[in-house]
Amino acid sequence: MSDDNILKVRDLYRTYDISGGMFRKGSTLTAVKGVSFDVKRGSTLAVVGESGCGKSTLARMLTMIDAQSSGSIEIDGLSMDIARTGISREMRQKVQIVFQNPYGSLNPRQKIGHVLEEPLLLNTDLPAAERRDLALQMLEKVGLQPEHYGRYPHMFSGGQRQRVAIARAIMLQPKLLVLDEPVSALDLSVQAQILNLLADLQDEMGLTYVFISHDMSVVRYLADKVMVMYFGEVVEYGTRDEVFDNPQHDYTKTLFAATPKADVESIRKRLAAKAA
Amino acid sequence: MSLLEIRNLRVEFDTAKGPFRALDGVDYTVDAGEVLAIVGESGSGKSVAMLATMGLLPDTATITADKMDFEGIDLRTLSTKARRKVIGKDISMIFQEPIASLNPCFAVGFQLGETLKTHTGLRGRQVKDRVIELLTSVGIPDPEGRINAFPHQMSGGQCQRVMIAMAIACQPKLLIADEPTTALDVTIQKQILDLLVQLQQDSGMGLIMITHDMGVVAETADRVIVQYKGRKMEEADVLSLFESPQNPYTKALLSALPENATGDRLPTVSDFAEAGGF
Repeated sequence: MSDDNILKVRDLYRTYDISGGMFRKGSTLTAVKGVSFDVKRGSTLAVVGESGCGKSTLARMLTMIDAQSSGSIEIDGLSMDIARTGISREMRQKVQIVFQNPYGSLNPRQKIGHVLEEPLLLNTDLPAAERRDLALQMLEKVGLQPEHYGRYPHMFSGGQRQRVAIARAIMLQPKLLVLDEPVSALDLSVQAQILNLLADLQDEMGLTYVFISHDMSVVRYLADKVMVMYFGEVVEYGTRDEVFDNPQHDYTKTLFAATPKADVESIRKRLAAKAA
Repeated sequence: MSLLEIRNLRVEFDTAKGPFRALDGVDYTVDAGEVLAIVGESGSGKSVAMLATMGLLPDTATITADKMDFEGIDLRTLSTKARRKVIGKDISMIFQEPIASLNPCFAVGFQLGETLKTHTGLRGRQVKDRVIELLTSVGIPDPEGRINAFPHQMSGGQCQRVMIAMAIACQPKLLIADEPTTALDVTIQKQILDLLVQLQQDSGMGLIMITHDMGVVAETADRVIVQYKGRKMEEADVLSLFESPQNPYTKALLSALPENATGDRLPTVSDFAEAGGF
């Protein structure tokens, strides 16, 4: 492939109008302020920041849930400007999203099989039998069993549900997967399983990930590049080693300082400080 | 004498499929001035144990213990009325979801005042002064102004500070924090953990931290209990637990930490379950 960057974002802005009341003037809130970045095919970009920094707004724009106010998004050579052109099936098949809360992102009255088939039903012309086959294959791929096909979400644990959410997202064989805090709601041991699954799928399908997180230890584990956002702006952007070894911005340093340290040396230091 | 001493605690829930044992003979002791962390994944019974101690479990739960003493008071035989005098005053608890734990219909100052009116002799102006003092001590900016704020007007971190203020309002001897920072950002998590540890050191109360996050354990605990499926896997002081974990499950938990990853894959608990057999 000639172009190595699957995702190109230039000068992206998103503003929201806050409507005024009887005694209050309306105002505008800029959630994302001029963000630009590229993501290489098959790599992982981690987007880090505190709540309200605009990272989820960015995810919404990348996945066409929301239109950008200005700026351009190009995914796999396809320009995305849904406010002007609307969304085509082709665009839908390029990018998918996995949300943080696996309890909230699945319809409780929809069987797992139908959850997985729905993207195909809406975006392809495959016959029912083929959709079913693909759904069954996908269950196996994400580490579930064929008999899970007819079950409802409440019969699954949090980790299993997140597997279903991931399976649904990759049903259309997207090029780009946006993961909005996919493991924050999960236990440590389940978190490890899901991270392994994501790594396997990336190898197998050549997926590109935009991974949104505030957990620096997870980011360090899986990111190729790291982007730190603060109040809608990118304050730090570089390879994982650059950002972790030599953080430039104050906010990035604060983030590192706040991340709990679980190594023996830090514990010893803390206990010594306490005894003193 | 220990502050809290529980021997052989069992909790069973009646379910349609027969009794389900959530906790199977676990011992807990906490001394004054000590930080005990209870770690485990969901379903390990870590919250159930403390809810049983507080008497907050529903009627479907059957609680048995050989011993359940708080400062020499036997919690098993305590009447509901007598228990109310202890709970909320000498033992208090902070929950995971700060916004859900506060009543959305009342200002935070009023809710804090309620605790004081119930358990202390403070009235009127004294209550208000003490509320302001408490909000100041948990680091809420402009406490006089925030008294009349409603929970939805505050951030998650601030709501958790209010919850902490409420929990320490009557200077409890034991504070139980059930995943106090799970719903919060790392930077806010750090502030809340620092606040809890500082309050604990200043007042010399016992603190029980229930968590599934090994990082939180490393940052706060003196002693750690690791639980899995309702049983105690290991109990050790924090340094020896991280330095030389004895139980295969503890080893599995520690190696599932992303920062301890050595190869391409993270080892998971099930990898160890096959090899270690627990």
